Amino acid sequence: MMQIPADISPWLAIPVALLLICGSIITLVGTLGLLRLPHFYQRIHGPAITITFGAGSFLLASMLYFTVLQQRLVIHELLISAFIMLTAPVTAMLLMRTAVYRDLRNGRQRPDTKPEPPAASGQATTAEVKQHRPDGENA
Amino acid sequence: MKLLLEIVLYFSQFCVVLAMLLCMLRLLKGPTAQDRVLALDTLWICAMLFALLLGISFASLVYFEWAMLIALTGFVSSVALAKFLMRGEIIE
Amino acid sequence: MIRRLMTHRLITRWLPSPLLSLALLLLWLMLNQTLQPAHLLLGSALAIAAPLLTAPLRPFKARIGKPAAILRLFSWALLEVIRSCFNVSRIILFRKTDNLNSQFIKVPLDLSDPTGLAVLSCLINCTPGTVWVEILQDTHELSLHVFDLHDENWWIDTIKQRYENPLMAIFSRETS
Repeated sequence: MMQIPADISPWLAIPVALLLICGSIITLVGTLGLLRLPHFYQRIHGPAITITFGAGSFLLASMLYFTVLQQRLVIHELLISAFIMLTAPVTAMLLMRTAVYRDLRNGRQRPDTKPEPPAASGQATTAEVKQHRPDGENA
Repeated sequence: MKLLLEIVLYFSQFCVVLAMLLCMLRLLKGPTAQDRVLALDTLWICAMLFALLLGISFASLVYFEWAMLIALTGFVSSVALAKFLMRGEIIE
Repeated sequence: MIRRLMTHRLITRWLPSPLLSLALLLLWLMLNQTLQPAHLLLGSALAIAAPLLTAPLRPFKARIGKPAAILRLFSWALLEVIRSCFNVSRIILFRKTDNLNSQFIKVPLDLSDPTGLAVLSCLINCTPGTVWVEILQDTHELSLHVFDLHDENWWIDTIKQRYENPLMAIFSRETS
């Protein structure tokens, strides 16, 4: 069913296999973090390892495999990795700001891990309220 | 060596599908809307990884275009959803 | 002398941003997976036309200098990404989640170049365990969310020395 050449050399198979195992385990751990962590502000850190390390090792494995298999330089996976490196931070930052903004707008206490937030983060809250209000009115 | 790579590929496909299932659970369960958007974004990434895996296992470069398209549309949809949650409208 | 000046003017007229043009050409060649002359020609046309057409959309021009500093910054960032990947996955797998110290911290910033700030936000968000929230405009402080905070001063020192100082050197306005 799978189209793997029967005479594949161990020098190619073993690095590709190691990269794939690493990547898939990290992917699984990242989504496990997404499911298991208790608050949104912690859950947003879980998929970050999926995006960086999991995708990175899969793309590296793909590049290595096709370069050796087709006996020419196949590096167009670099496009996907560059694209992910540029876009994943934007998504994370927008989601984080969305969460902060929505929590402040709903007047909810920031669902932090600590039951009572220390003074520093309390100040951050008021500053962010000031920060966000004019935006909200302009919109 | 062929057998080793086949076993590893099946294992990776199993792991990625399991990861997609965990994302689905969070998508269904998520107490707030931003949780669901985050889960959807991770689901897109896992789908892209799955396309790459299929490309390796069928030794075909066509799957690269799938992966590229999934990454592009996933980014656009996540950003649009996040903007919608922040303001209530996408195009201001 | 005059000829050289003319050539220089011709180049700045038709190639306002050579790095962007080179990146576009590489993108085209990678997407087509070829080095045929026809694709080289088409890609060069694209690489010359696209920056000229989009030049009015770009509000300012970034100045990039010091390739050694860029290389050092990115290799440090790569190491940091891998290290914090393993830290975060260890925490997810083995730590009880209720004694996790997730906090918002504030880092005073000196960097003010917009391109430098964009690169800084990309690097910080790519590193698992930290997410950039926003820059507080009145104090020019960076608000940052850290997954597992041990020592606030360590984070501030690391960000200032490892990321901000190289970025200020790379994107300094005086080197033109």
